[in-house]
Amino acid sequence: MEEKIIIAGFGGQGVLSIGQFIAYAAIEDGKAVTWLPSYGPEMRGGTSNCSVVVNDDEVASPIVSCPDCLIAMNKPSLYKFVDKVKAGGTIIVNSSLITDKVERTDVNVLYIDATDLALKAGNARTANIVILGAYCKMRNMFNQELVAKVIEKKFANKPKVIPANLKALELGFNA
Amino acid sequence: MKKLMKGNEAIAEAAVRGGCRAFFGYPITPQNEIPEYLSKRLPEVGGCFIQAESEVSAINMVYGAAGSGARAMTSSSSPGISLKQEGISYICGAELPCVIVNMVRGGPGLGGIQPAQSDYFQTVKGGGHGDYHMLVYGPGSVQEALDIMYDAFDKADEYRMPVMILGDGMIGQIMEAVELPEMKDPATFPKKEWATDGTGIGANRRIVNSLYIEPDVLEAVNHRLFDRYATLAEKETRYEAYKVEDAEIVIVAYGTVARICKSAINMLREKGYKVGMIRPITLFPFPTKAIEAVASQECVKEFISVELSMGQMIEDVKLAVNGKKTVSFYGRTGGNVMSPEDVAEFIIAKENK
Amino acid sequence: MAVVFKKTSMLTDVPFHYCPGCGHGIAHRLVAECLEELNLQGKVVGIAPVGCAVFAYNYFNCDVQEAAHGRAPAVATGVKRCNPDKVVFAYQGDGDLASIGTAEIIHAAARGENITVIFINNAIYGMTGGQMAPTTLLGQKATTCQLGRNVALNGNPIRVSEMLATLDGPSYIARVALTDPANVTKAKRAIKKAFENQVAGKGFSMVEVLSPCPTNWGVSPIDAVKYVKEEMTKQFPLGVYKDC
Repeated sequence: MEEKIIIAGFGGQGVLSIGQFIAYAAIEDGKAVTWLPSYGPEMRGGTSNCSVVVNDDEVASPIVSCPDCLIAMNKPSLYKFVDKVKAGGTIIVNSSLITDKVERTDVNVLYIDATDLALKAGNARTANIVILGAYCKMRNMFNQELVAKVIEKKFANKPKVIPANLKALELGFNA
Repeated sequence: MKKLMKGNEAIAEAAVRGGCRAFFGYPITPQNEIPEYLSKRLPEVGGCFIQAESEVSAINMVYGAAGSGARAMTSSSSPGISLKQEGISYICGAELPCVIVNMVRGGPGLGGIQPAQSDYFQTVKGGGHGDYHMLVYGPGSVQEALDIMYDAFDKADEYRMPVMILGDGMIGQIMEAVELPEMKDPATFPKKEWATDGTGIGANRRIVNSLYIEPDVLEAVNHRLFDRYATLAEKETRYEAYKVEDAEIVIVAYGTVARICKSAINMLREKGYKVGMIRPITLFPFPTKAIEAVASQECVKEFISVELSMGQMIEDVKLAVNGKKTVSFYGRTGGNVMSPEDVAEFIIAKENK
Repeated sequence: MAVVFKKTSMLTDVPFHYCPGCGHGIAHRLVAECLEELNLQGKVVGIAPVGCAVFAYNYFNCDVQEAAHGRAPAVATGVKRCNPDKVVFAYQGDGDLASIGTAEIIHAAARGENITVIFINNAIYGMTGGQMAPTTLLGQKATTCQLGRNVALNGNPIRVSEMLATLDGPSYIARVALTDPANVTKAKRAIKKAFENQVAGKGFSMVEVLSPCPTNWGVSPIDAVKYVKEEMTKQFPLGVYKDC
């Protein structure tokens, strides 16, 4: 099994960290993974994206040209990558910022109001965790307990933010 | 438990665990995580970190530190490595061990900041003035980069020459799960009798120098260096052969490009194309004999050198194949990176011509 | 027979290659005597330059590294940081220090590197055959300014000691001249202080030594000394520029 993901959005939306959480979950799950960010001036205030490849055995190419799943956090990112997603693949659309609908009919699309759910979780900054939960569920990648464990580990030195993030994860899984 | 680490940080940590206690560098994208990491990490182990005033100074600080016996390194990216060439030539002339990391970006000139392999010539053929080489590795994964870095100072000490780790930009930025080795104990490192640690006086005086004004003496120095390179070729050449046993088409690629090619080979094999690959892990010494042997296989029709350049390593591939089979080229440059699909399409189009 | 004079143990027995009337031999001896008087035998690393003193590694009886042109302060930094208990000195000429190596000397000084720099200023490129140096005086002839240094064409000579003294890093900067016994004695005192400072951990010290070059100036050794005293000191006044 190999899962190729592109996550794209504005810098500051937690785009890179969604990818890193997927990578940590993959390691926790005993899988091989690569996380490759776009880098350079575009990081600063502009769009940013990262490619994640999860494989049961070994990841050969870390370069993703046709993702199984696209996570679009803003409109320019959606239009940049929408046509690259594999037929039968998945697009997760952050509908808090993207009001357009995906015109392709050969992909599964999930529209998720990540900001709204994050506020319900008690912290607007957990929108990326909402998306992470939705991704794991929709692509049947990792179970909620495993990802919760990863979140607890990553925020071990900021225990205050853990409950909101776990709630955000749950809301994402149930979205 | 494996740890998720960025290539640059993994290299930096592996350097410390491999005995590095001195780093001298100057900021340049895309390798800044290495000096940033070491600026914090080296003082923790009693090491020295200096952000130098220029790459020129940085490499000369490495010269001084390495010449006085320390395990010293620097890292940079293409334009910065060009500035370091003078110092590298002196380090090779003075036979000093050190480690240099180049996270290559597109050129020439200021070029770009995206991944490239266009410093191949500069790295394996010399780069600075004079007859010299370095031991050059082109790691293909974060774990491999880490493992190479971990042992790089041992190799540098053994052969008294710089070890260059030639990354392709991506290898520094990518995150992968790695296993970190134990910290090496500096007490176990071989003693450097030649090093100018300040204790020399009279007959025990040590001189670190690359000036040999007598032609006969300089010629002997050059022969000594090249005898060492012959030993390197014999003992240190490393490569990975992937599905070459029955291959009709053999790709030669290194670094991240080799991984991209591996995915392409898997796609092509599914479609019935018999493609394999030789992945040089050492770029100097180049795996000439391995390529020569594959070129002699009857099933092999042709070689393709796949690179992030306009075609540099292809010259060494051609020398190794030595006319036995055709050698062609596929590459992207300027910071663009081919996808596995691009490589597969190139080969399919070529085969169906 | 009683010994009335003995060569310092910090110089080897290799005869100097320097021209008659050159200041390098005196400067070498002063450095070596200071090292001996401070009991630093077996505790010193010298850094030799590119220029007339390129073979300094043959003369100083200590470990020596030969640096690339202008890079001695960077090399010295690398050595000192990895061997903080040893005394490290860079010996440089004016082309080396004040032209190609300006970045290295300024930043070593700014960092307050705990090293000692001996800067031989003879206002000319000696080893390469008398070309204009950054310290060549206005009107002074050199093979690359044969009518004399011209301000419109070549700019003004650089006063390194004054320039470095503006930095916060250095602990001691002085300019001396090898013109007569009194000044040679003063030079030795300055050099000794520059080494004492390093031993005491006070940071960067530099002694600029105005030195004659009769061969490339095309004058007799006596006239060369006179030129240092009467002409060079006008552009490069002697004295202590920093002491803290």
